[in-house]
Amino acid sequence: MSPLLAAIFAPGLFSSSLVQIAALVCAVVAVVAGAVGVFTVIRGQSFAGEALGDIGTTGGSVAYLIAAGPLWGFTAIAVAGAAAMELIGIQRPRGRDVATGIVLGAALGVAALLLYLDTVQDSTTGATFTIVFGSPFTITSSAIPLVIVLSVISLGLILLLFRPLLLSSISPELAAARGIPVRLLGAGYLLALALAVALAAFTIGTLLSTALLVGPAATALRLTRSPTKAVLTAALVGIATTWLGIVMAYDSYDWYNESGKSWPVSFFVVTLIFLAYLLAGLPNWRRRRASVTSTDALTRA
Amino acid sequence: MNDNPSVDGNAPNGGAPILAVETIGVRLAGREVLRNVSFAIGPGEFTGLIGSNGAGKTTLFRVILGLQAAGSGSVLVAGRPRARRNPLIGYVPQKFLLDPDVPLRTRDLVGLGLDAHRFGVAMPSRARRTRVEEMLEAVDARAFADQRVGSLSGGEQQRVLIAHALIARPRLLLLDEPLANLDLRSGHEVVALLARIAAEQQIAILISAHDMNPLLGVMDRVVYLAAGRAVSGTVDEVVRTPVLSELYGHHVDVLRVHGRVLVVAGEAGELAGASDQAHIHPQVEVIA
Repeated sequence: MSPLLAAIFAPGLFSSSLVQIAALVCAVVAVVAGAVGVFTVIRGQSFAGEALGDIGTTGGSVAYLIAAGPLWGFTAIAVAGAAAMELIGIQRPRGRDVATGIVLGAALGVAALLLYLDTVQDSTTGATFTIVFGSPFTITSSAIPLVIVLSVISLGLILLLFRPLLLSSISPELAAARGIPVRLLGAGYLLALALAVALAAFTIGTLLSTALLVGPAATALRLTRSPTKAVLTAALVGIATTWLGIVMAYDSYDWYNESGKSWPVSFFVVTLIFLAYLLAGLPNWRRRRASVTSTDALTRA
Repeated sequence: MNDNPSVDGNAPNGGAPILAVETIGVRLAGREVLRNVSFAIGPGEFTGLIGSNGAGKTTLFRVILGLQAAGSGSVLVAGRPRARRNPLIGYVPQKFLLDPDVPLRTRDLVGLGLDAHRFGVAMPSRARRTRVEEMLEAVDARAFADQRVGSLSGGEQQRVLIAHALIARPRLLLLDEPLANLDLRSGHEVVALLARIAAEQQIAILISAHDMNPLLGVMDRVVYLAAGRAVSGTVDEVVRTPVLSELYGHHVDVLRVHGRVLVVAGEAGELAGASDQAHIHPQVEVIA
């Protein structure tokens, strides 16, 4: 291996079982988040995704206290939160936002207490950090079956409902006139969203889960014109950024070694997603600048 | 005991009606929005649903589409009670706002017209592609087939929505105020396109508008709606001073000026929904 490649892919990267598990889980979750995220962006429901991720903090800290897997906690509370959103209804957007905000605040207040209790129980701040910012390198192989099952349900729902969901997302009126059950589809989508958010929270933390949900999808919307290509592109951007993030985090074991720990994977992943989004906007930005410049030239001439 | 001034009964030209609206009445929040509305449309007929804002046009469309329950009366499509998902009816909504970054090309939206009610992702097939190409051709939309729908002009979007509705081969096409947000030229193109479709493919067209003038040359029939009541017939039968005066419940004048029709009320203050029309005289208001 050349010195450069050796510097990028640090020794032990590919043979480490922790890295292998992290890479597998991140790839699966990135595909689910990408597919669901495209619809989240089209439907303008990023705030719902953010709220479901944030209340995951409460579910995760309960799971930690009773020594259950955090993914169970994230999933239970995200599904409960999505059900509550559906019951509040979509008739009055302002009422829905206020209700979501109040429930979100209450849930995070409870999370503050639970995270404190986690910390006291453990005498470390590890639990808080893992729940809020994620820690792919601590995922054990026992979590993989649940990740796969949740992913199959979430991705399966999106692929099954793809066409009617797409039409009702771009125009509920047009879909309703075709006899498509718009409300029921919205509920099905919310379930897929709740599971995708729980999975994203499991890999990069409750606070950053929205980045994995919305970031690759928003990047894909800048790069593609067709809905199926947008879903594929979002999935690929998700896989690329999470894998690159894992490689960089593994490298960072050597950067600052007094603690003997790596930098958080989430930091790298979220930064890479942000960079991808900016880069995807570059062609458009240059085109707009070029057209502005040529108009200037015309005006002067 | 029909309190609608009926000109020709319910018999449309040319055989069994594709759409029969029979004595429909709708109350919304205690207000009577539609009262005893009856009319019928024959195959391939071009019908204008004319009335000012608030006359009940959109409510009537919602009843025909099955999105609004009627308090009384019935809607028959091709002689049968309307089903929830009725492939015989195509619909073009008035408002269609799409951000330019939504990843949906013209050809995607047209394709959704074919199979949006089906589960799963559309599998590419030659038959599907050919059918989409045909529809793009029919509405003259091939030039922007691969552009995002959100980046198109209002007139282009209307044509794409018409293709979306037509691809499932309906017998009746409903269009809710398609000319409302278009400039004159785009509006003229859309009307000419619809007239061609009605004639060539024998698809009946029901198009709502607050101004009947852009439709005068192409309408076979008019359904004139005022304050929840309707009268139907040919333009010459319906758009006359005595008929419309009876419909409005007070005197109105029908004027023909350079081939245009103006419906003018004597007492402007009494009429709701006419504020967007130009005043001709301080005491006189154009209402349609």
